Amino acid sequence: MSSVAEVSAALAAHDYLADDGLATAIHLAMQLRRPLLLEGEAGVGKTEVAKTLARWTGGELIRLQCYEGIDLGQAAYEWDHARQLLHLRTAEATGAATAGDTDQLEAELYTDRFLVRRPLLRAIEPVDGPPPVLLIDELDRADDEFEAFLLELLSDYSITIPELGTFRATTPPLVVITSNRTRDLHDALKRRCLYHWVEHPDTAREVAIVRLRAPQVSETLAHQVAEAAGALRALGLYKPPGVAETIDWATALDLLGNEALTPDAVNATLGTVLKYREDQERVRAGGLTELVEDAIRRGA
Amino acid sequence: MAPDRAGLGDAGVERVAVVFVEALRRSGIPIPVGSTVTFVRALAEVDVRTRADVYWSGRATLLTRPEDIDVYDSVFAAYFGRGQARVLRSITEPERVTVALDDGDLPPDAVDGDDSDERDVISVRYSPQEVLRHRDFAQCSDDEIAQVHRLIDRMGTAAARQESRRRIASRRRATHIDLHRTLRDALRSGGEATRLATSTHGSRPRRLVLLADVSGSMESYARPLIRFVHAAVVGRARVEAFTMGTQLTRITRELGSRDPDAAAMHASDAVEDWSGGTRLGDMIGRFNDEWGVRGMARGAVVVILSDGWDRGEPAVMAEQMQRLARVAHRIVWVNPLKASAGYEPLARGMAAALPFVDTFIEGHSLAALENLAEEIAA
Repeated sequence: MSSVAEVSAALAAHDYLADDGLATAIHLAMQLRRPLLLEGEAGVGKTEVAKTLARWTGGELIRLQCYEGIDLGQAAYEWDHARQLLHLRTAEATGAATAGDTDQLEAELYTDRFLVRRPLLRAIEPVDGPPPVLLIDELDRADDEFEAFLLELLSDYSITIPELGTFRATTPPLVVITSNRTRDLHDALKRRCLYHWVEHPDTAREVAIVRLRAPQVSETLAHQVAEAAGALRALGLYKPPGVAETIDWATALDLLGNEALTPDAVNATLGTVLKYREDQERVRAGGLTELVEDAIRRGA
Repeated sequence: MAPDRAGLGDAGVERVAVVFVEALRRSGIPIPVGSTVTFVRALAEVDVRTRADVYWSGRATLLTRPEDIDVYDSVFAAYFGRGQARVLRSITEPERVTVALDDGDLPPDAVDGDDSDERDVISVRYSPQEVLRHRDFAQCSDDEIAQVHRLIDRMGTAAARQESRRRIASRRRATHIDLHRTLRDALRSGGEATRLATSTHGSRPRRLVLLADVSGSMESYARPLIRFVHAAVVGRARVEAFTMGTQLTRITRELGSRDPDAAAMHASDAVEDWSGGTRLGDMIGRFNDEWGVRGMARGAVVVILSDGWDRGEPAVMAEQMQRLARVAHRIVWVNPLKASAGYEPLARGMAAALPFVDTFIEGHSLAALENLAEEIAA
């Protein structure tokens, strides 16, 4: 893979339309073997990037959803304590466990067979075929201490388990980290990553995305929905619709048998695109007829 | 961006890249050396003759936050556009804004001076502690310094707690069995698990979000309040600070330094609207949109330092305060003018906000700020 244009084309072939900025960032992440940190509004397609990369490269998609309190046990590895205890009892029952053998018994307990592999460890294990795509989703939800765990992984693609030693990836995985920016990630982490701020797409690209992801939707409707979504974003709503909502909206309108936007159809499906009561009220108060007429005029 | 020549030949790519990064740094974007190296390596992977490739390579490798994009764009345009050198010079001289923080020495007789002017009506209420609040550290006596430090120390330790998902070892409040430790203990007794190790949820400090009004009507209170905010940011983790003026400015990073004077200076570099007018409701709305509702204010103690003088519509204020109240754990409103009689007529915005405020306290004296420190810890 040698150029930004080829990356764009390959992503498009797997149903993801990236703009130049995102395509460049992805291209560089693959060439320089750096993790890619994506920030942006909810629903602009950050997570989808990782899924698309997995489809394209053929690597396994390994997803780590972050949440407050996530720790190494859930993210990297854990010991299978139940089996370890069972092993101890067995050793005891068969008389293998005598006072002198404690060291050997302990050595037995902390071996590969009692290790439970969680996403981060699985991502750096040797694989036949293309390296996996590791998606670390919504990292800003994790405590900031958790980021420190990631530093070793992100710079060396290795994880150290005190009882076993260091695991290092032979072929580094493609790492995509997403954040909704509810807090700043540490500079130490950002320094190890390439960074891209994902914007809402422009209307032309949004039409193309809707046509690609919801091919059953009529072309007229796709244009009008994209225009209307763009108009909604300009209203300064609490939660402007993301691309995901636009696709949902178009799909819903199509399901209800619409070939084009009408005020009634918009009224019936507004809940697929606006998820705050205040936002819905505001748009209804502003006039659905105007919104629809405007979208039809500009979408023509 | 239309692909055209970016003016980068094969020779001297490193040099051009380094000078470009230098220009970005001078414009105020912090870029570590490692990122420059990555940038140069990135340029080897793209078509350096294509302007867009160079532009996006720089974006991906040199920037780490969206706020810097505008500056990056202008430096990039100046550097790789027409007439580079001249434009570059003009944008790399950052405009200095002098902060109207220091209200000078307060003559002793000013306290009982003429009270025809509204400002003096307020200053009549100055207690000795308030005089201290207005004075530079350099001008404080040892006793006064000690008092200010005491305030800072208290801010540093006090924080409301919330239950954490993270577990800690505990025998008293056992809610979970810790198999890992149980097994470790068992090994010591030759494989016999004689005692179950237990753990419980720990607690952690709630996030504290400070929104400081730096508009004209707050001028004489800006300095002590910013110091207070600084003490909060330095003293503990999980604090975010913003100033509200003609725009919303995040100053958490700028206040990160331990030296209060340097911090106030950094903050004034970041804030471009000291003492402008303010549409307070809009500012709170901006905070809700860009930071608060998205997650920063969720479960947090939000402290608003303002006199509530809103030039915008009270309805906007009410709406935005309601949004904030829905996600925040508590909202504390600190009003330096609360004690002043001449303040009431200006309080339209304040009245709209009050129904959503959990605690409404004064902020006009050191004692009041100490009271605030306790409120935050509650």
